[in-house]
This record gives sequence, structure tokens and C-alpha cells, in this order.
Amino acid sequence: MTNVSVAKEDVAASDDLVVLKSVNKHFGALHVLQDIDLTIARGEVVVVIGPSGSGKSTLCRTINRLETIDSGAITIDGKALPHEGRELARLRADVGMVFQSFNLFAHKTVLENVMLGQLKVRKADKKQAEEKARALLDRVGVGTQADKYPAQLSGGQQQRVAIARALAMGPKVMLFDEPTSALDPEMINEVLEVMQQLAREGMTMIVVTHEMGFARSAANRVVFMADGRIVEQAAPDQFFSNPRSDRAKDFLSKILHH
Amino acid sequence: MFDFLDGYDVLGAFWTTVQLTLLAAAGSLIWGTLLAAMRVGPVPLMRGFGTAYVNIVRNIPLTVIILFSSLGLYSTLGISLGAGDIVKTANFRLAVLGLIVYTSAFVCEAIRSGINTVPVGQAEAARALGLSFTQVLFVVVLPQAFRAAVGPLTNVLIALTKNTTVAAAIGVGEAALLMKDMVEKEAQLLLISAIIAFGFCCLTLPTGLILGWVGKKVAVKR
Repeated sequence: MTNVSVAKEDVAASDDLVVLKSVNKHFGALHVLQDIDLTIARGEVVVVIGPSGSGKSTLCRTINRLETIDSGAITIDGKALPHEGRELARLRADVGMVFQSFNLFAHKTVLENVMLGQLKVRKADKKQAEEKARALLDRVGVGTQADKYPAQLSGGQQQRVAIARALAMGPKVMLFDEPTSALDPEMINEVLEVMQQLAREGMTMIVVTHEMGFARSAANRVVFMADGRIVEQAAPDQFFSNPRSDRAKDFLSKILHH
Repeated sequence: MFDFLDGYDVLGAFWTTVQLTLLAAAGSLIWGTLLAAMRVGPVPLMRGFGTAYVNIVRNIPLTVIILFSSLGLYSTLGISLGAGDIVKTANFRLAVLGLIVYTSAFVCEAIRSGINTVPVGQAEAARALGLSFTQVLFVVVLPQAFRAAVGPLTNVLIALTKNTTVAAAIGVGEAALLMKDMVEKEAQLLLISAIIAFGFCCLTLPTGLILGWVGKKVAVKR
């Protein structure tokens, strides 16, 4: 817990990194994001929780424009999210994303997966890219698997490679879209540990998850979403011990008693 | 029994068939890939062009396309693809062009079916890294699509090998033209047909076997 408080001090000293202002989005008749206002400060770890279909994954995906929005504004590090094209690609390179289904490039080795972005987007030197990739793979604990293909790895290993792939771009903020939801229970912790380590190091993170333990131990703030709205946001201790809204109380009563 | 073959260059004719096949295969692979890229791309104009091209071209008989290459492009418009007045060379090149125009429509669809086997997440992950559309397509999606499309592309290649016989319609000296020539001059109809059929099997059977093996070998494990 001491680490978290260190991160909180950082927050106070730095500016806003990701800002969403009255963001709206519809999927046909479904209003998935309703007037979302959310500000994430540099170095802050924000965990987004809520029932299925509450719009939390969509929220996460709008931040690097994998989902477009209907109205409102999103700025990252002071810059408005560009429309399609080169500008958008440049911005995405600064926003790391980790998916529920890992999405490692199936035709490339683990090492190539982590090098690809550096080579194609950052135009890095091949040797340096490989060094960095190997260092990152060691850091997430899969250094020995570097020459294997993703399908040869366990889910937990694949997800850690995916985190390394995102980190290789030197992102300003990392988005995690339910990173442990597709994993066998025994592999969840190895991924959460890597994420916890990242949080301790001061990475700005937006994490959509069902892992309440992670929210308690690593988050600076919990954002609770339901039916396309942000219903409540608070520090984890406060949220879990004393939720203010009925919707959050109901949600927590359903998940915490198992 | 095979004495009558003396005056004919059977191997030479089949060599022309092979040349037509390989050149048209290379050309239609490139053009078909570009068409597929247009059809999955974000630019409406290109998507429209790709769709229109495929739907028009694959519904025209190959004979019409090949005849147009010769009569329309060469005889009427004087386009000889650099062959000048040498009719034989011009017709060969025009036949290759016609085969490329026709076959690329099928190559495009085979590749598009391959693209459909690549999970959406692969492209999303590539976009999230900051790759441009072209990079996403050529670095991540198409390499996987090709591996999945080896089977359908093999069918297209075998069909192309046999389709080269249509080039006989504009006098390209490949296997089918030789057969026509021999059937007219020799009283060995069945034997001649069998020889030509055997020749084509010698080309297409190994194609199918080898590419079938390649397809398994390069398949992407998920």
C-alpha cells in the first residue's frame, strides 16, 4: 500500500493526461455511453468496474479511437483525439492497449511481436529494438519464450507478452480492456502482478476489470459504471467499504459475497 | 504407335502453356492482391472500383476477354504491348494480359476469403500500436490471409493452367492449339486427346499436391 501513496503524490504534482468531456455514443438504439466526463491524471491508476453491458469496454476503446464517439471530446496530453489518418496512428502509438483476447500477431514470434511496433512505427534500429524487446520480455517474465509463436504459450504468458508489446512503444498511458477475463484462474495472478508492478512504477493506467483485489490494491480511483453512465467514483477503500449509490451497493453485494 | 508425333513439338507447346500459366499467375497474384486491398480498404471509391471490377470481369467468358485483347486491343487500337509487328509475340503477351485480367478477379476473392479468417483483434492490435492502414494490411492481415488462402488459390491456379487453352483462340502456340492442329492432320483422335490430357495432369496434379502440403505447412496456429 505504501507504493500507492507514492503514486498519489505524483498525481497531485502533475497535470491531466486523459480527459473525456460529455462523451456520447450509440450502438444503434442503445445509448452505450451517456455524457461521460472523466479525467485521468498523469501517473494515476483508474480501475473501471461495473456490470456487463455497462459500457466500460466501449469507454476504454474510445480513448484510442478503436470506437468512434458520436459527440463530446477526448483529449490526450492536451491534444484532441484526431480523426482517421496519420495523426491518429501517431497518437495510438503513445497509448498502449491490452486486449481481453491478447491479440498477439499469430504469424510472428513473441520477439517479433514486441519488435514490430518499434520497427514499423518508431522506425527504431533493429538491434536496439531487439534489445529493448528482450529486456521487456524478461521484465514480464517470458524472456525464455522469445522465439516461440503465440499459440505455443499459455494464456497468461500471451497476455504478458501483449503487455510487453504495448510497453515497447513507450506509451504515455496504458489501457487494459478486461486483461484477465479470458484467462484460467491460475494464470490471472501472473498478469495482475505485472500490472501491479507497472502501477508501482508510476505508469498511467486505465483498467477495465472484474478483479476487485487488483482494484483495492493498485488503483488510485475506482470508477463504477452502469447503463452507460459513470455512477460513482471514489478511492478504492471508500468505494468498497462504503459505496454511496444504490446501484454500486447492489453490484458489490452480488460479487463480493462469493 | 507414337510415330505420328515426330513432326510436332509437343514439349514446346506445353512449355508455352507453362509460360502462359506462370506469367499470368504472377500478374494476377499482384493485381488480385491489390484488388483485395481496395475491397477491404476505407476509401469508398476504391471499394466501389474493386467490387465493380470483380463482379464484371468474373462474369465475362474468358474467350470474350482473350478475343477482345487480340481483336480489340491489337487489331483495332494497335496496342501490342511492345511486340511491334511480330504478331506471334503480341498475341502471346495479349493472352497473358487477358488471363491476368480474368484470373485476378478470382485471386481477389480467394484472398478476401483468407482475410475473413483473420480475427478482427489482429487488425485492432496493429492499429492500437499505431500502424497505418497499409501497414496493418500488408504486415499483419495479408500475411495471415495468404496462409489461409493457399487452398482457394491452388484451385485458381489449376483453373488458370487449364484456362490457358483459351489462348489458342488467338493463335498462341500452346498445347490446345497443337492438339487442334494434330487432330486435323492425324487419324489418332483418342490418342492425341489422351496425350494432351496427360500433359495437363502432369502440370496440375503436382501443383495441387505441392501447394496442399505448403498450405498445411504455413497454416497459422491460433
